[in-house]
Amino acid sequence: MNARRVRRRVVNGMMTGLVGVLSFLAVLALVLILGNLVVKGGSSLDWNFFVKNPVPAGESGGGVANAIVGTGIIVGLACLIGLPVGIGAGLYLAEFGSGRLGWIVRFVADVLNGTPSIVVGIFAWTWLVKPMGHFSALAGSVALAILMVPMLARTTEEMVRLVPHSLREAALALGYPRWRTSLRIVARTALAGIVTSSLVGVARIAGGLVLLLAVAARSAIRQGPPHGAAR
Amino acid sequence: MAPPADARLQLEAVRLTALYGRRAVVKDVSLLFPAHTVTAVIGPSGCGKSTFLRCLNRMHELSEGGWVTGRVLLDGDDIYADMVDPVQLRRRVGMVFQRPTPFPTMSIYDNVAAGLRVNGHRCPADVDAAVERALKRAALWDEVKDRLRRSALALSGGQQQRLCIARALAPEPEVLLLDEPTASLDPAGTQRIEELCHELKTNYTIVIVTHNLQQAARVSDYTAFFYLSDLVEVGRTEVLFTTPTQERTEAYITGRFG
Repeated sequence: MNARRVRRRVVNGMMTGLVGVLSFLAVLALVLILGNLVVKGGSSLDWNFFVKNPVPAGESGGGVANAIVGTGIIVGLACLIGLPVGIGAGLYLAEFGSGRLGWIVRFVADVLNGTPSIVVGIFAWTWLVKPMGHFSALAGSVALAILMVPMLARTTEEMVRLVPHSLREAALALGYPRWRTSLRIVARTALAGIVTSSLVGVARIAGGLVLLLAVAARSAIRQGPPHGAAR
Repeated sequence: MAPPADARLQLEAVRLTALYGRRAVVKDVSLLFPAHTVTAVIGPSGCGKSTFLRCLNRMHELSEGGWVTGRVLLDGDDIYADMVDPVQLRRRVGMVFQRPTPFPTMSIYDNVAAGLRVNGHRCPADVDAAVERALKRAALWDEVKDRLRRSALALSGGQQQRLCIARALAPEPEVLLLDEPTASLDPAGTQRIEELCHELKTNYTIVIVTHNLQQAARVSDYTAFFYLSDLVEVGRTEVLFTTPTQERTEAYITGRFG
Protein backbone atom coordinates (compact mmCIF):
# COMPACT_ATOMS: atom_id res chain seq x y z
CA MET A 1 0.00 0.00 0.00
CA ASN A 2 2.69 2.39 1.06
CA ALA A 3 4.95 1.48 -1.86
CA ARG A 4 2.12 2.26 -4.22
CA ARG A 5 1.71 5.69 -2.73
CA VAL A 6 5.39 6.46 -3.05
CA ARG A 7 5.37 5.30 -6.65
CA ARG A 8 2.42 7.55 -7.42
CA ARG A 9 4.20 10.50 -5.90
CA VAL A 10 7.38 9.87 -7.85
CA VAL A 11 5.56 9.50 -11.16
CA ASN A 12 3.48 12.57 -10.41
CA GLY A 13 6.59 14.61 -9.63
CA MET A 14 8.38 13.41 -12.75
CA MET A 15 5.46 14.20 -15.03
CA THR A 16 4.91 17.62 -13.52
CA GLY A 17 8.58 18.37 -13.95
CA LEU A 18 8.58 17.14 -17.53
CA VAL A 19 5.57 19.28 -18.44
CA GLY A 20 7.19 22.27 -16.77
CA VAL A 21 10.44 21.85 -18.72
CA LEU A 22 8.56 21.48 -22.01
CA SER A 23 6.47 24.56 -21.32
CA PHE A 24 9.64 26.49 -20.54
CA LEU A 25 11.20 25.38 -23.83
CA ALA A 26 8.08 26.36 -25.72
CA VAL A 27 8.07 29.94 -24.46
CA LEU A 28 11.85 30.33 -24.38
CA ALA A 29 12.12 31.35 -28.04
CA LEU A 30 9.31 33.85 -27.66
CA VAL A 31 10.81 35.35 -24.54
CA LEU A 32 14.21 35.67 -26.20
CA ILE A 33 12.81 37.39 -29.26
CA LEU A 34 10.61 39.70 -27.25
CA GLY A 35 13.45 40.49 -24.86
CA ASN A 36 15.80 41.27 -27.69
CA LEU A 37 13.17 43.52 -29.23
CA VAL A 38 12.60 45.46 -26.04
CA VAL A 39 16.28 45.80 -25.16
CA LYS A 40 17.50 46.80 -28.60
CA GLY A 41 14.41 48.57 -29.91
CA GLY A 42 13.09 50.24 -26.80
CA SER A 43 15.59 53.05 -27.06
CA SER A 44 14.28 54.07 -30.49
CA LEU A 45 10.67 54.12 -29.31
CA ASP A 46 9.74 57.67 -28.55
CA TRP A 47 6.96 60.08 -29.39
CA ASN A 48 8.56 60.88 -32.76
CA PHE A 49 8.32 57.25 -33.79
CA PHE A 50 4.57 57.53 -33.74
CA VAL A 51 4.07 61.02 -35.16
CA LYS A 52 6.82 61.32 -37.78
CA ASN A 53 7.11 59.85 -41.22
CA PRO A 54 9.83 57.50 -42.33
CA VAL A 55 13.00 59.00 -43.75
CA PRO A 56 14.93 57.47 -46.66
CA ALA A 57 16.94 54.43 -45.82
CA GLY A 58 20.34 55.16 -44.32
CA GLU A 59 19.36 58.34 -42.51
CA SER A 60 18.53 58.29 -38.83
CA GLY A 61 15.31 59.56 -37.22
CA GLY A 62 11.81 59.43 -38.66
CA GLY A 63 8.83 57.28 -37.66
CA VAL A 64 5.95 55.23 -38.89
CA ALA A 65 3.10 57.71 -38.59
CA ASN A 66 1.90 57.12 -42.12
CA ALA A 67 1.75 53.36 -41.57
CA ILE A 68 -0.34 53.77 -38.43
CA VAL A 69 -2.73 56.25 -40.02
CA GLY A 70 -2.89 54.18 -43.19
CA THR A 71 -3.67 51.01 -41.28
CA GLY A 72 -6.40 52.84 -39.41
CA ILE A 73 -7.99 54.20 -42.58
CA ILE A 74 -7.78 50.96 -44.53
CA VAL A 75 -8.98 48.70 -41.73
CA GLY A 76 -11.71 51.19 -40.82
CA LEU A 77 -12.96 51.32 -44.39
CA ALA A 78 -12.77 47.54 -44.69
CA CYS A 79 -14.89 47.19 -41.53
CA LEU A 80 -17.41 49.64 -42.94
CA ILE A 81 -17.81 47.42 -45.98
CA GLY A 82 -17.19 44.00 -44.46
CA LEU A 83 -19.00 44.04 -41.12
CA PRO A 84 -22.55 44.69 -42.36
CA VAL A 85 -22.19 42.26 -45.26
CA GLY A 86 -20.56 39.52 -43.18
CA ILE A 87 -22.91 39.78 -40.21
CA GLY A 88 -25.94 40.08 -42.47
CA ALA A 89 -24.89 36.99 -44.42
CA GLY A 90 -24.33 35.06 -41.19
CA LEU A 91 -27.75 36.04 -39.86
CA TYR A 92 -29.32 34.98 -43.14
CA LEU A 93 -27.55 31.61 -43.08
CA ALA A 94 -28.60 30.85 -39.52
CA GLU A 95 -32.19 32.04 -39.79
CA PHE A 96 -33.22 31.35 -43.37
CA GLY A 97 -30.33 29.38 -44.85
CA SER A 98 -31.84 25.90 -44.90
CA GLY A 99 -32.70 25.96 -48.60
CA ARG A 100 -30.66 25.73 -51.76
CA LEU A 101 -29.52 29.35 -51.69
CA GLY A 102 -28.27 28.89 -48.16
CA TRP A 103 -26.25 25.87 -49.27
CA ILE A 104 -24.69 27.88 -52.09
CA VAL A 105 -23.84 30.84 -49.86
CA ARG A 106 -22.31 28.50 -47.29
CA PHE A 107 -20.25 26.73 -49.95
CA VAL A 108 -18.96 29.97 -51.44
CA ALA A 109 -18.10 31.30 -47.98
CA ASP A 110 -16.15 28.14 -47.18
CA VAL A 111 -14.22 28.30 -50.46
CA LEU A 112 -13.44 31.98 -49.92
CA ASN A 113 -12.37 31.19 -46.38
CA GLY A 114 -9.77 28.80 -47.68
CA THR A 115 -8.51 31.12 -50.41
CA PRO A 116 -4.99 32.46 -49.82
CA SER A 117 -5.09 36.19 -49.27
CA ILE A 118 -2.74 36.82 -52.17
CA VAL A 119 -5.43 35.58 -54.54
CA VAL A 120 -7.82 38.15 -53.15
CA GLY A 121 -5.04 40.73 -53.53
CA ILE A 122 -4.64 39.88 -57.21
CA PHE A 123 -8.41 40.01 -57.63
CA ALA A 124 -8.56 43.50 -56.17
CA TRP A 125 -5.61 44.54 -58.27
CA THR A 126 -7.28 43.32 -61.46
CA TRP A 127 -10.70 44.78 -60.80
CA LEU A 128 -9.91 47.95 -58.87
CA VAL A 129 -6.29 49.03 -59.15
CA LYS A 130 -5.94 48.50 -62.89
CA PRO A 131 -9.22 50.17 -63.95
CA MET A 132 -8.62 53.06 -61.57
CA GLY A 133 -5.07 53.39 -62.75
CA HIS A 134 -3.42 53.70 -59.35
CA PHE A 135 -3.07 52.01 -55.99
CA SER A 136 -5.58 53.16 -53.45
CA ALA A 137 -6.75 52.68 -49.90
CA LEU A 138 -10.20 51.87 -51.25
CA ALA A 139 -8.85 48.96 -53.26
CA GLY A 140 -7.03 47.73 -50.19
CA SER A 141 -10.13 48.03 -48.05
CA VAL A 142 -12.23 46.14 -50.56
CA ALA A 143 -9.67 43.35 -50.67
CA LEU A 144 -9.63 43.14 -46.87
CA ALA A 145 -13.40 43.24 -46.71
CA ILE A 146 -13.54 40.29 -49.11
CA LEU A 147 -11.23 38.39 -46.77
CA MET A 148 -13.36 39.34 -43.80
CA VAL A 149 -16.86 38.58 -45.08
CA PRO A 150 -16.77 34.76 -45.38
CA MET A 151 -15.16 34.25 -42.01
CA LEU A 152 -17.54 36.67 -40.34
CA ALA A 153 -20.52 35.05 -42.05
CA ARG A 154 -19.66 31.59 -40.79
CA THR A 155 -18.77 32.63 -37.24
CA THR A 156 -21.88 34.82 -36.97
CA GLU A 157 -23.94 31.89 -38.19
CA GLU A 158 -22.48 29.68 -35.45
CA MET A 159 -23.18 32.29 -32.79
CA VAL A 160 -26.77 32.84 -33.93
CA ARG A 161 -27.37 29.09 -34.05
CA LEU A 162 -26.45 28.92 -30.37
CA VAL A 163 -29.57 30.93 -29.51
CA PRO A 164 -32.12 28.35 -28.30
CA HIS A 165 -34.96 27.59 -30.66
CA SER A 166 -37.44 28.04 -27.82
CA LEU A 167 -36.60 31.75 -27.70
CA ARG A 168 -37.50 32.14 -31.37
CA GLU A 169 -40.78 30.33 -30.82
CA ALA A 170 -41.57 32.46 -27.78
CA ALA A 171 -41.17 35.62 -29.85
CA LEU A 172 -43.19 34.25 -32.76
CA ALA A 173 -45.96 33.09 -30.43
CA LEU A 174 -46.09 36.63 -29.05
CA GLY A 175 -46.91 37.97 -32.50
CA TYR A 176 -43.43 39.01 -33.61
CA PRO A 177 -43.01 38.93 -37.38
CA ARG A 178 -40.19 36.71 -38.54
CA TRP A 179 -37.72 39.49 -39.36
CA ARG A 180 -38.27 41.25 -36.04
CA THR A 181 -37.74 37.98 -34.22
CA SER A 182 -34.41 37.62 -36.01
CA LEU A 183 -33.25 41.16 -35.32
CA ARG A 184 -34.78 42.08 -31.97
CA ILE A 185 -34.60 38.76 -30.17
CA VAL A 186 -32.17 36.37 -31.83
CA ALA A 187 -29.47 38.77 -33.01
CA ARG A 188 -29.58 40.69 -29.75
CA THR A 189 -29.18 37.53 -27.73
CA ALA A 190 -26.22 36.51 -29.88
CA LEU A 191 -24.74 40.02 -29.81
CA ALA A 192 -21.81 39.25 -27.51
CA GLY A 193 -20.76 36.37 -29.72
CA ILE A 194 -21.16 38.43 -32.88
CA VAL A 195 -19.00 41.22 -31.43
CA THR A 196 -16.32 38.69 -30.49
CA SER A 197 -16.26 37.18 -33.94
CA SER A 198 -16.16 40.66 -35.47
CA LEU A 199 -13.10 41.51 -33.38
CA VAL A 200 -11.41 38.29 -34.42
CA GLY A 201 -12.27 39.13 -38.03
CA VAL A 202 -10.80 42.62 -37.73
CA ALA A 203 -7.69 41.25 -36.08
CA ARG A 204 -7.27 38.77 -38.87
CA ILE A 205 -7.49 41.30 -41.67
CA ALA A 206 -5.28 43.76 -39.82
CA GLY A 207 -2.72 40.98 -39.79
CA GLY A 208 -3.42 40.31 -43.43
CA LEU A 209 -2.39 43.82 -44.42
CA VAL A 210 0.60 42.28 -46.14
CA LEU A 211 -1.47 41.64 -49.19
CA LEU A 212 -1.73 45.37 -49.57
CA LEU A 213 1.75 45.29 -50.96
CA ALA A 214 -0.09 44.31 -54.09
CA VAL A 215 -2.76 47.00 -54.10
CA ALA A 216 -2.26 49.92 -51.79
CA ALA A 217 1.43 50.04 -51.00
CA ARG A 218 4.23 52.22 -52.32
CA SER A 219 3.20 55.19 -50.28
CA ALA A 220 5.69 54.27 -47.61
CA ILE A 221 8.48 56.59 -48.42
CA ARG A 222 7.80 58.91 -51.30
CA GLN A 223 4.41 60.31 -50.39
CA GLY A 224 3.43 62.33 -47.39
CA PRO A 225 0.82 61.33 -44.84
CA PRO A 226 -1.86 61.09 -43.82
CA HIS A 227 -3.66 61.33 -47.14
CA GLY A 228 -0.56 60.03 -48.87
CA ALA A 229 -1.04 56.70 -47.22
CA ALA A 230 -4.61 56.68 -48.23
CA ARG A 231 -4.18 57.68 -51.80
CA MET B 1 -68.17 26.44 -12.38
CA ALA B 2 -70.23 25.07 -15.26
CA PRO B 3 -70.38 27.44 -18.22
CA PRO B 4 -73.85 28.43 -19.36
CA ALA B 5 -75.18 26.09 -22.01
CA ASP B 6 -75.38 28.88 -24.54
CA ALA B 7 -71.82 30.04 -23.96
CA ARG B 8 -70.31 31.56 -27.04
CA LEU B 9 -67.95 29.00 -28.51
CA GLN B 10 -64.62 30.68 -28.51
CA LEU B 11 -62.44 28.11 -30.17
CA GLU B 12 -63.23 25.03 -32.17
CA ALA B 13 -61.12 22.57 -34.13
CA VAL B 14 -63.00 20.98 -37.02
CA ARG B 15 -61.60 17.79 -38.58
CA LEU B 16 -58.11 19.03 -37.91
CA THR B 17 -55.22 16.93 -39.19
CA ALA B 18 -51.63 18.01 -38.57
CA LEU B 19 -48.79 16.56 -40.60
CA TYR B 20 -45.04 16.55 -40.81
CA GLY B 21 -44.41 15.95 -44.49
CA ARG B 22 -46.64 12.92 -45.14
CA ARG B 23 -46.78 11.68 -41.57
CA ALA B 24 -49.94 12.69 -39.73
CA VAL B 25 -49.31 13.32 -36.02
CA VAL B 26 -52.85 14.55 -35.29
CA LYS B 27 -55.62 12.77 -37.17
CA ASP B 28 -59.03 14.23 -37.91
CA VAL B 29 -59.67 15.85 -34.55
CA SER B 30 -62.82 17.85 -33.85
CA LEU B 31 -62.89 19.54 -30.49
CA LEU B 32 -64.75 22.41 -28.84
CA PHE B 33 -63.29 24.83 -26.33
CA PRO B 34 -66.19 26.75 -24.74
CA ALA B 35 -65.50 30.33 -23.69
CA HIS B 36 -64.18 30.90 -20.16
CA THR B 37 -63.32 27.29 -19.50
CA VAL B 38 -60.12 25.39 -18.93
CA THR B 39 -59.67 22.37 -21.19
CA ALA B 40 -56.92 19.90 -20.37
CA VAL B 41 -55.35 17.81 -23.13
CA ILE B 42 -53.81 14.61 -21.78
CA GLY B 43 -52.17 11.56 -23.27
CA PRO B 44 -48.87 9.69 -23.35
CA SER B 45 -45.73 11.20 -24.87
CA GLY B 46 -45.78 11.45 -28.63
CA CYS B 47 -49.57 11.25 -28.92
CA GLY B 48 -49.73 14.56 -30.77
CA LYS B 49 -51.17 16.71 -28.00
CA SER B 50 -48.45 19.38 -28.20
CA THR B 51 -48.68 19.47 -31.98
CA PHE B 52 -52.45 19.84 -31.70
CA LEU B 53 -51.96 22.80 -29.36
CA ARG B 54 -49.51 24.39 -31.79
CA CYS B 55 -52.13 24.17 -34.55
CA LEU B 56 -54.41 26.44 -32.54
CA ASN B 57 -52.15 29.48 -32.99
CA ARG B 58 -50.58 28.40 -36.27
CA MET B 59 -47.20 27.63 -34.75
CA HIS B 60 -47.17 24.13 -36.19
CA GLU B 61 -46.67 25.39 -39.73
CA LEU B 62 -43.38 27.00 -38.63
CA SER B 63 -41.87 23.59 -37.93
CA GLU B 64 -39.91 21.93 -40.70
CA GLY B 65 -42.40 20.20 -42.98
CA GLY B 66 -45.38 21.12 -40.82
CA TRP B 67 -48.79 21.61 -42.42
CA VAL B 68 -52.43 21.26 -41.58
CA THR B 69 -55.76 20.26 -43.09
CA GLY B 70 -59.16 21.03 -41.61
CA ARG B 71 -60.27 24.18 -39.88
CA VAL B 72 -59.84 25.98 -36.57
CA LEU B 73 -62.58 28.47 -35.77
CA LEU B 74 -61.93 31.41 -33.48
CA ASP B 75 -65.19 33.27 -32.79
CA GLY B 76 -66.57 31.48 -35.81
CA ASP B 77 -63.85 32.56 -38.26
CA ASP B 78 -61.41 30.05 -39.72
CA ILE B 79 -57.89 30.98 -38.63
CA TYR B 80 -56.49 29.07 -41.60
CA ALA B 81 -58.41 31.21 -44.08
CA ASP B 82 -56.29 32.89 -46.76
CA MET B 83 -56.73 36.43 -45.53
CA VAL B 84 -55.74 35.67 -41.94
CA ASP B 85 -52.29 36.93 -41.03
CA PRO B 86 -50.74 34.35 -38.67
CA VAL B 87 -48.72 37.09 -36.97
CA GLN B 88 -51.90 39.00 -36.10
CA LEU B 89 -53.61 35.77 -35.05
CA ARG B 90 -50.86 34.92 -32.55
CA ARG B 91 -51.56 38.21 -30.81
CA ARG B 92 -55.10 36.95 -30.14
CA VAL B 93 -54.00 33.47 -29.07
CA GLY B 94 -51.24 33.64 -26.48
CA MET B 95 -48.95 30.71 -25.72
CA VAL B 96 -46.72 29.62 -22.85
CA PHE B 97 -44.17 26.87 -23.32
CA GLN B 98 -42.86 23.97 -21.31
CA ARG B 99 -39.67 25.71 -20.29
CA PRO B 100 -39.58 29.35 -19.21
CA THR B 101 -38.36 31.44 -22.15
CA PRO B 102 -37.75 34.98 -20.90
CA PHE B 103 -35.84 37.10 -23.43
CA PRO B 104 -32.37 37.15 -21.87
CA THR B 105 -31.35 40.57 -23.15
CA MET B 106 -34.40 42.29 -21.74
CA SER B 107 -35.40 43.45 -18.28
CA ILE B 108 -38.44 42.09 -16.47
CA TYR B 109 -40.41 45.14 -17.56
CA ASP B 110 -39.31 44.92 -21.19
CA ASN B 111 -40.16 41.23 -21.34
CA VAL B 112 -43.76 41.91 -20.38
CA ALA B 113 -43.91 44.98 -22.63
CA ALA B 114 -42.44 43.13 -25.64
CA GLY B 115 -45.78 41.87 -26.92
CA LEU B 116 -47.35 45.30 -26.49
CA ARG B 117 -44.60 47.16 -28.25
CA VAL B 118 -44.62 44.82 -31.21
CA ASN B 119 -48.36 45.57 -31.43
CA GLY B 120 -47.57 49.24 -31.78
CA HIS B 121 -48.40 50.39 -28.24
CA ARG B 122 -45.84 53.09 -27.58
CA CYS B 123 -47.44 55.46 -25.09
CA PRO B 124 -45.32 54.94 -21.92
CA ALA B 125 -48.20 55.45 -19.49
CA ASP B 126 -50.36 52.86 -21.28
CA VAL B 127 -47.52 50.37 -21.39
CA ASP B 128 -46.78 50.96 -17.70
CA ALA B 129 -50.38 50.26 -16.80
CA ALA B 130 -50.61 47.19 -19.00
CA VAL B 131 -47.36 45.74 -17.64
CA GLU B 132 -48.56 46.20 -14.07
CA ARG B 133 -51.94 44.66 -14.88
CA ALA B 134 -50.35 41.64 -16.58
CA LEU B 135 -47.87 41.08 -13.75
CA LYS B 136 -50.66 41.30 -11.18
CA ARG B 137 -52.77 38.79 -13.10
CA ALA B 138 -49.82 36.42 -13.26
CA ALA B 139 -49.38 36.88 -9.49
CA LEU B 140 -45.84 38.13 -9.91
CA TRP B 141 -46.23 41.85 -9.28
CA ASP B 142 -45.50 41.85 -5.55
CA GLU B 143 -42.31 39.87 -6.06
CA VAL B 144 -40.84 42.03 -8.83
CA LYS B 145 -42.33 45.52 -8.48
CA ASP B 146 -39.10 46.87 -6.95
CA ARG B 147 -36.82 45.44 -9.59
CA LEU B 148 -38.63 45.82 -12.88
CA ARG B 149 -35.49 47.06 -14.59
CA ARG B 150 -33.40 44.06 -13.56
CA SER B 151 -32.63 41.21 -15.93
CA ALA B 152 -35.36 38.61 -16.27
CA LEU B 153 -32.73 35.90 -15.84
CA ALA B 154 -32.31 36.87 -12.18
CA LEU B 155 -35.73 35.36 -11.39
CA SER B 156 -36.25 31.78 -10.22
CA GLY B 157 -37.65 29.16 -12.58
CA GLY B 158 -41.18 29.47 -11.24
CA GLN B 159 -41.03 33.25 -11.39
CA GLN B 160 -39.69 33.10 -14.94
CA GLN B 161 -42.62 30.93 -15.96
CA ARG B 162 -45.10 33.34 -14.39
CA LEU B 163 -43.23 36.13 -16.18
CA CYS B 164 -43.84 34.28 -19.45
CA ILE B 165 -47.53 34.03 -18.57
CA ALA B 166 -47.59 37.77 -17.83
CA ARG B 167 -45.86 38.36 -21.15
CA ALA B 168 -48.50 36.30 -22.94
CA LEU B 169 -51.33 38.11 -21.08
CA ALA B 170 -50.09 41.66 -21.64
CA PRO B 171 -51.39 42.02 -25.23
CA GLU B 172 -54.85 40.91 -23.99
CA PRO B 173 -55.28 37.69 -25.98
CA GLU B 174 -58.62 35.90 -26.14
CA VAL B 175 -57.24 32.41 -25.75
CA LEU B 176 -54.29 31.19 -23.70
CA LEU B 177 -52.47 28.00 -24.71
CA LEU B 178 -50.32 26.38 -22.03
CA ASP B 179 -47.95 23.63 -23.19
CA GLU B 180 -46.98 21.69 -20.06
CA PRO B 181 -46.38 24.93 -18.20
CA THR B 182 -45.35 23.28 -14.94
CA ALA B 183 -43.10 20.56 -16.34
CA SER B 184 -39.95 22.27 -15.11
CA LEU B 185 -41.31 23.68 -11.86
CA ASP B 186 -41.27 22.51 -8.25
CA PRO B 187 -44.56 21.71 -6.42
CA ALA B 188 -44.91 25.24 -5.02
CA GLY B 189 -44.44 26.81 -8.43
CA THR B 190 -46.84 24.28 -9.93
CA GLN B 191 -49.49 25.18 -7.38
CA ARG B 192 -49.16 28.89 -8.16
CA ILE B 193 -49.67 28.24 -11.87
CA GLU B 194 -52.67 26.01 -11.24
CA GLU B 195 -54.28 28.66 -9.05
CA LEU B 196 -53.63 31.07 -11.89
CA CYS B 197 -55.56 28.89 -14.31
CA HIS B 198 -58.60 29.16 -12.06
CA GLU B 199 -58.29 32.92 -11.76
CA LEU B 200 -57.58 33.53 -15.42
CA LYS B 201 -60.50 31.67 -16.89
CA THR B 202 -62.86 34.46 -15.96
CA ASN B 203 -61.13 36.50 -18.67
CA TYR B 204 -59.72 33.95 -21.06
CA THR B 205 -60.34 30.59 -22.65
CA ILE B 206 -57.55 28.27 -21.58
CA VAL B 207 -56.18 25.10 -23.16
CA ILE B 208 -53.55 23.28 -21.12
CA VAL B 209 -51.49 20.31 -22.27
CA THR B 210 -50.25 18.25 -19.37
CA HIS B 211 -48.59 14.95 -18.54
CA ASN B 212 -49.90 15.13 -15.05
CA LEU B 213 -53.33 13.57 -14.63
CA GLN B 214 -53.85 15.01 -11.15
CA GLN B 215 -53.13 18.43 -12.59
CA ALA B 216 -55.68 17.90 -15.35
CA ALA B 217 -58.24 16.84 -12.75
CA ARG B 218 -57.44 19.86 -10.57
CA VAL B 219 -57.46 22.68 -13.10
CA SER B 220 -59.76 21.76 -15.95
CA ASP B 221 -63.48 21.84 -16.69
CA TYR B 222 -63.13 19.60 -19.71
CA THR B 223 -60.54 16.97 -20.52
CA ALA B 224 -59.56 15.55 -23.89
CA PHE B 225 -57.60 12.30 -24.10
CA PHE B 226 -55.28 11.81 -27.06
CA TYR B 227 -53.73 8.51 -27.97
CA LEU B 228 -51.59 7.70 -31.03
CA SER B 229 -52.58 10.86 -32.92
CA ASP B 230 -56.30 10.32 -32.31
CA LEU B 231 -58.72 12.08 -30.02
CA VAL B 232 -60.08 9.13 -28.05
CA GLU B 233 -62.49 10.81 -25.71
CA VAL B 234 -63.52 14.23 -24.50
CA GLY B 235 -65.90 15.23 -21.76
CA ARG B 236 -66.45 17.02 -18.47
CA THR B 237 -63.37 16.40 -16.39
CA GLU B 238 -65.17 14.85 -13.43
CA VAL B 239 -67.08 12.54 -15.78
CA LEU B 240 -64.07 11.51 -17.85
CA PHE B 241 -62.03 10.68 -14.76
CA THR B 242 -64.76 8.76 -12.97
CA THR B 243 -66.77 7.07 -15.72
CA PRO B 244 -64.84 7.07 -18.98
CA THR B 245 -66.68 5.54 -21.90
CA GLN B 246 -63.65 4.28 -23.77
CA GLU B 247 -61.57 1.37 -22.59
CA ARG B 248 -58.30 3.05 -23.61
CA THR B 249 -59.17 6.14 -21.57
CA GLU B 250 -59.85 4.03 -18.52
CA ALA B 251 -56.62 2.11 -18.98
CA TYR B 252 -54.64 5.35 -19.23
CA ILE B 253 -56.17 7.19 -16.29
CA THR B 254 -55.88 4.17 -14.05
CA GLY B 255 -52.20 3.94 -14.94
CA ARG B 256 -52.25 0.68 -16.84
CA PHE B 257 -50.19 2.19 -19.67
CA GLY B 258 -48.60 5.45 -20.82
